[in-house]
Amino acid sequence: MATELGPTPVKSPASGGTPIHHGPKGVGEDNKILSQGKWASWLLAPTIIALGIVIVYPIISAIVMSFQKDAGLDPATGLFTAGGPAGVQNYVNWIAQQCSAPGGGTVACPPGTLGGQFWTATTTTFFFTVVTVALETVLGFWMAMIMARTFKGRSLVRAAVLVPWAIPTAVTAKLWFFIFAFEGIANKLFNTTILWTGSEWPAKWAVIIADVWKTTPFMALLILAGLQMIPAEVYEAAKVDGATAWQRFRMITLPLVKPALMVAILFRTLDALRMFDLPYILTGGANNTTTLSILVINQIRQGFNSAAALSTITFIIIFIVAFIFVRFLGANVVEQSGATGKGKK
Amino acid sequence: MKTPNFLLPAAAAGILALTLSACAGGGGTTGGGGGSGDAEQGLDGRGPITYVQGKDNSNVVRPLIEKWNADHPNEKVTFKEQTDQADQQHDDLVQHFQAKDAGYDVVDVDVVWTAEFAAKGWLQPLKDKMAIDTSAMLKPTVESGTYKGTLYAAPQTSDGGMLYYRKDLVPTAPKTWDEMMSMCSIAKENNIGCYAGQFSKYEGLTVNASEAINSFGGSVLDKDGKPSLNTDEAKTGLENLAKAYADGNIPKEAITYKEEESRQAFQDGKLLFLRNWPYVYNLATTEGSSKVKDVLGLAALPGVDGPGASSLGGHNLAVSVYSKNKATALDFLKFMTSEETEKFYATQGSLAPVLTSLYEDEELVAKLPYLPVLKTSIENAVPRPVTPFYPAVTKAIQDNAYPAIKGEKSVEDALADMQKSIESAGAGS
Amino acid sequence: MSNGTATTALRAEQDRGRKTAQNREKWAQGRTYISAAVILIWCLAPAYWMVVTAFRDVGFTYDTSILPTHVTLDNFNTAFDTSFGNRFGQALLNSVFIGVVVTAVSLLIGVFAAYALARLNFRFKYLVLGFILGASMFPGVALITPLFQLFTNIGWMGTYQALIIPNISFVLPLTVYTMTSFFREMPWELEESARVDGCTQGQAFRKVIMPLAAPAIFTTAILAFISSWNEFLIASQLSSDATQPVTVAIANFAGAQPNQIPYTAIMAAGTIVTIPLVILVLVFQRKIVAGLTAGAVK
Repeated sequence: MATELGPTPVKSPASGGTPIHHGPKGVGEDNKILSQGKWASWLLAPTIIALGIVIVYPIISAIVMSFQKDAGLDPATGLFTAGGPAGVQNYVNWIAQQCSAPGGGTVACPPGTLGGQFWTATTTTFFFTVVTVALETVLGFWMAMIMARTFKGRSLVRAAVLVPWAIPTAVTAKLWFFIFAFEGIANKLFNTTILWTGSEWPAKWAVIIADVWKTTPFMALLILAGLQMIPAEVYEAAKVDGATAWQRFRMITLPLVKPALMVAILFRTLDALRMFDLPYILTGGANNTTTLSILVINQIRQGFNSAAALSTITFIIIFIVAFIFVRFLGANVVEQSGATGKGKK
Repeated sequence: MKTPNFLLPAAAAGILALTLSACAGGGGTTGGGGGSGDAEQGLDGRGPITYVQGKDNSNVVRPLIEKWNADHPNEKVTFKEQTDQADQQHDDLVQHFQAKDAGYDVVDVDVVWTAEFAAKGWLQPLKDKMAIDTSAMLKPTVESGTYKGTLYAAPQTSDGGMLYYRKDLVPTAPKTWDEMMSMCSIAKENNIGCYAGQFSKYEGLTVNASEAINSFGGSVLDKDGKPSLNTDEAKTGLENLAKAYADGNIPKEAITYKEEESRQAFQDGKLLFLRNWPYVYNLATTEGSSKVKDVLGLAALPGVDGPGASSLGGHNLAVSVYSKNKATALDFLKFMTSEETEKFYATQGSLAPVLTSLYEDEELVAKLPYLPVLKTSIENAVPRPVTPFYPAVTKAIQDNAYPAIKGEKSVEDALADMQKSIESAGAGS
Repeated sequence: MSNGTATTALRAEQDRGRKTAQNREKWAQGRTYISAAVILIWCLAPAYWMVVTAFRDVGFTYDTSILPTHVTLDNFNTAFDTSFGNRFGQALLNSVFIGVVVTAVSLLIGVFAAYALARLNFRFKYLVLGFILGASMFPGVALITPLFQLFTNIGWMGTYQALIIPNISFVLPLTVYTMTSFFREMPWELEESARVDGCTQGQAFRKVIMPLAAPAIFTTAILAFISSWNEFLIASQLSSDATQPVTVAIANFAGAQPNQIPYTAIMAAGTIVTIPLVILVLVFQRKIVAGLTAGAVK
């Protein structure tokens, strides 16, 4: 495929919109890669710049801050003074759950400090991520399969699926808080007296239910788009060959939807690992529903530099998860495209 | 190839950050950066200023500012309204102070943030040229604006907890906690819950737990700002709540209550006693769904042998050290705490005044019949712990009082952990 | 078995087969409807509660009758009432404006990037992909303070661009990844044959590839728009009264009394915010269907 791209791209893509190539074919391979590289850098520049301003700059400044001590109180004046360099102390404190001791040095964080919550918050975050992403994938796939069928009222279903997602999270969280109140509709409807926000497992399930409700449409839509890319003929051919529904699903649907599915799962996982609004508004992080992001914002209110270290740790954790994900589940989008591109010529 | 080299750049960014750290110079670190330098600036400055406050619930601030602007055409005030959420108001102020924003001249600060902001050097000390007269104000409200002996914020509105009860079931209000608990049999006979406050794990729990501790003579922090929870008084206070919850005198669902849920339970006739803020009075007597309209009783919080110690709510007004027009800011601050303004706040917005005299104002009492009770409440109130580490202190209280009330942790352990957590927060220097 | 009986048996068998096929078809159709109904209930029941609450008198906020009771339009009036400083109407426009710009820009530059990643060979491709993905790994809550300082320094506080640019960055990684994954599934041979027919590569891309990619592009557009529509954290700190989006405006809703949570007004606002979005999607859906028909060429 690569060969049809001429060596001399004519118009700048930044203004054009779509790349236009002219020129003779058959120039040497190196040259082509070089010119494609030039093209690619033009096409990628806007994305890189946008991400650079808004994401990279804050990340770098957070990393810098994370090696500083938090401001401490000068007992004489009662004013805060800048803490000075901390080395990796902030990181060590989080991971080893160490807090400042009254006489200097550190002690194991007592219950009631943010420092003592790092590992439980990490566990909670992973628990939420695994459960919500799994439920959302299964439910989303199912919804997408239904929506891909032809039946009366399909547009109604497609519109309805979007409703949970179209309601802003700030409202969603309030809505579920309202629903899960002790005197709320959930208990009334099912004739239960569950303290939804008052004990550990109901609180966790409340968060999971609200999150699954809210984000399954995201999954469903992406998978639906993937399903729509599969030509109907492929199914017809399989039917003629006598493939059962399950076989068609396993041999056709799943492999062909896989790229879209993997992107959806990857991004949902990254999002779920940073889950914040829903548990924050729904439970306030009580009853072991504190996620890493909630811990970060609570820590921001107590000391920025330590919060920056926690943000960086979270970043690294998510990085590792993404690494494993890509390594073992093959969510790498580009790798196969490169392969097909090369394979065809 | 299956190697995720694509993750490399993120790692590269990390290395880049390390090399950049010398230049970037810890941008965004906090600290006494404001310092005394800024506090000397702009003391005589006059000109337009901005007033920053959370959501103006009942449209009180706008008319006041209009009035001020009509009288001060060259020193107009612009109103910057924040969200209704306390956390977001706090964060917004912090962001602007950190950026040394001269655009936030006069700010409305929750009583619990005053010490933190003062210690960060963001608030103009209200002394010397900037001094204001606080003699007519209720003492606990002035304390809430004072940090290390210096006034940093002028009390603007106050708030205190009160005990709501059912007049039809309880002839006279209980004066003490024990008396109230003994009346719980009445609740049982009527098949309703006895007592509730706000025991969900949030700021309201700090309020309720501190009230329990303070009412029995304990305190969260001593005069020097050091934790003092290892006392018998503190233990008795918290034990009372834990015991009442275990007995069922506090219904089990109260563990999910914030202000609104507890008000709702009371209005539905499901509670005999309720601890809540004054706002409940208006709603419980007017809302269509309220079942307690005509049987609503009101009293001071019960204590050991008299009124208990309410936690103090409300807001203070402060001048930013970064303001360029501090003379105007001070005038505006005085205007906003004047008797006339305070009265307007009370009548228009049901916000509790900080001036002692207004609690005896006949016109006001006629409109807000709860004022005499509220006065007792505020007079006996203890400001929530005045400490620059308030976020850590309230976290320590919530995280430990919650399991203690639920009976998942012994009161001794809870108090000991609170003590240790607060010590650790203060030691972070 | 005799010949005749065999034929009859066969015919009976075929009939039965046809009937079974018909039954199966009916059963499949029935299952589809049952599933659709379950989806509808699951998605709409909580939203229904939002709407019912939105129409309820504030004095009966906690009423738990399933059907609407104490119906009133007051909450919608409150939402749009500007006298208390609620700028909900303005905020709605702001959200639409920000959402449209974010969607358009992120799609445009996202399609550039995705095309490069899916179709061009160049060094550092993995690096670029990793960089883009890495942008989705930092806790959003920790981005606010540095962004606040950055935008204060360059005088952007409270401007539209201070809200639009972060939103673009938030949706870009997803946009680029979805578009890349879809682009590489495209039958690019069609592009080649179009070029044989005399199209330039640009024309081929526009006329052949874009229609095929329509479902993917519109899905991505919806994802981008809703994500920007939902954004709250950044907007709550970086917007001004004039530029605040609906999410911030809703958080500003306050009860008439301190401490009172105006659930009814919040739910009214949620209802108002949801409706235009659903309409928007329904309109776009025709486009998606149109895109599908174009895809039948394949």
